[in-house]
Amino acid sequence: MNHFPEAWGRPRDDVYGPYNPSYLQTTGPKTHTQSPAVTGTSVVAVKFNGGVAIAADNLASYGSLARFTDVKRLRKFGNSAVVGFSGDVSDMQYIDRLLESIDIRENYSTHGNTLNAKNLHTYLSKVLYKRRSEFNPLWNHILVAGFDEDKKPFLSSADLLGTTFSAPHLATGFGAHLAVPILRRLFPDEKPAEAVSRDEAVAALRECLKVLWYRDARSLDKYSIAVISEAGIEIEEDQQIEAQSWAFAEAIKGYGAQVN
Amino acid sequence: MTTLTGQPSSEAIGYSFSKATSAPIREHSFYPYTDNGGSTLGITGSDFAILAGDTRSVAGYNINSRYAPKVFKIGGDDETGEGAHILLSVVGFAADGQALKERLDAVVKMYKYQHGKPMSVMACAQRLSTIFYQKRFFPYYVHAILAGLDEDGKGALYSYDPVGSYEREQCRAAGSAASLIMPFLDNQVNFKNQYIPGSGEGHALEPKKPEPLPRNTVEQLVRDAFTSAVERHIEVGDGLQMMVITKGGIEEIYYPLKKD
Repeated sequence: MNHFPEAWGRPRDDVYGPYNPSYLQTTGPKTHTQSPAVTGTSVVAVKFNGGVAIAADNLASYGSLARFTDVKRLRKFGNSAVVGFSGDVSDMQYIDRLLESIDIRENYSTHGNTLNAKNLHTYLSKVLYKRRSEFNPLWNHILVAGFDEDKKPFLSSADLLGTTFSAPHLATGFGAHLAVPILRRLFPDEKPAEAVSRDEAVAALRECLKVLWYRDARSLDKYSIAVISEAGIEIEEDQQIEAQSWAFAEAIKGYGAQVN
Repeated sequence: MTTLTGQPSSEAIGYSFSKATSAPIREHSFYPYTDNGGSTLGITGSDFAILAGDTRSVAGYNINSRYAPKVFKIGGDDETGEGAHILLSVVGFAADGQALKERLDAVVKMYKYQHGKPMSVMACAQRLSTIFYQKRFFPYYVHAILAGLDEDGKGALYSYDPVGSYEREQCRAAGSAASLIMPFLDNQVNFKNQYIPGSGEGHALEPKKPEPLPRNTVEQLVRDAFTSAVERHIEVGDGLQMMVITKGGIEEIYYPLKKD
C-alpha cells in the first residue's frame, strides 16, 4: 500500500523513467484550441433562379501536407439546407454532431415545423459568436445555403468571430480572393439571382474550383457540389476537375520545358 | 523528479509531478475582434431625426457584401421592425454590433410588456450605456448612435463610445470615415467657422447661430457627406441606407453609392 495519495495513479519512475515535462506549458492559458490543425480550404456558392449551388473540394490539409483526400465538407441538413465548411476539420465534425442532434430532435418533435437554412444560419452564427466570446473559437468559416421562410433562395456566411453577411455569391478562404471576382464578373449586380439559370451557376462553380486548383496550393482536383432547389438537394461528392489547360505555362519562363 | 519524504533515498520510489518550466508563457494568439469598416451618420431636426449608414461590409481589402445594413429599427412588433420608434446604428465589429442590436431590441420589447408603454428615447439611451459598460473589460467594439423623438417631439440623437460614454448631440458621424464627415457636419449643421458678413469691424465678426435645419436640407447633407466619403475612403461605398424618424413613423430610403 502506497500511503502517499498524491502519487496514486502516477507512473513509477523506476518502471517508466522520469517524465520530462519541459515542453509542456503547465501555467498560463490553454492554447491548443488557438489555432487550427487539420483544415479545409475554400467553399464557393452562388444563388440562381429557384435555388442555391455550393461547392468545396474533398481535401483536409495538415499544414502544407495534403493529409486526407476524401473528406466531405458539404453537409446536408434536413432536405433543404446544406452547410459548407472551411477551416478546422475537427471543429467541423463537432458542429456536424450538433446539427445532427438538432435534426433528430426536430424530427421527433410534434410541432411539425422544420428548420430552414436561415434558422440554421442564425443558430450556427450564435454558436460561433458564443465560442469566440469565451476565447475558445470554433475555427471555421461556413456558408449556409438553402431557403428562407418565404421559400426564397438563401445564402449566408458566418465565421469564427461570429461575423455574418449575405450576398448573391460568396466564397471563403482563398476563394474570397480568387472565386468572388470571377462570380462578380459572371453575375454582376445588374443581373439578379433570378436571371441566373441553374446550369450557369453550376458551370460557374466548376470554373471557380478549377481556378482554385490552379492557384491555391491547399486545394484538390476532387470536389463535391450540391444544388439545393425546390426539388430537394442533389449532392455529387466525387467530382473531378476536368479540361485543365497548362498551355499557358509554355510561355512562362521557369514553368515549361525550356531550360534558358 | 520528486522523492516522497520519509523513505531512505536509496529505496525511495520516484514519481513525476508537474512542475513549472522555464519555457516562456505562450499567450493567446486569438484576437476576438475584426473591423468591418463602413460609416454611419445621424442628424436631428426640429421634428425628425435621420440616421444613415453605408451598406458595405469589408474584411481587410476584401468586400464581404455590398448590402449589409448598419441601421436598425429597435423595439418593433415583428422582425420587419414595424411599429418601432427608436433607431440604432452600429459600426465597427459587425458581430458585436449584431449582438448589441439584438440585446437592445429585447430590452425595449420587455420594457413595453412590463410597463405597458413604449420606452422613451432618453431611457433607452441610458440603458444602452449600461449595456455597453457591463462589458467594460471585454467591450462591444462598436460606435453606436441612437435616434428617436424626445418627449417634446423634437429629434433626439445620442452617440456612444465602445464602453458606454454617451452624449446627446445635434449631429454625429461614426465609423471609418468619421474623421472625413464630422468636420463637414460641424461646418454645415452647427455653422462652425461661419460668420455673418459685415456684422463687425475687421475680424470681430458675429458667428452664425446654429438652428434646426429642414428635412430636405438634412437629407441632402447626408447624401453629400456619403458621396464625398466614398471618394476618399475605400471602406465606404455600395449603398446608402437612410432612416428618417418622424411622428408619423420610420421611413427607409436607399440610395446607391459607387461600388468601386
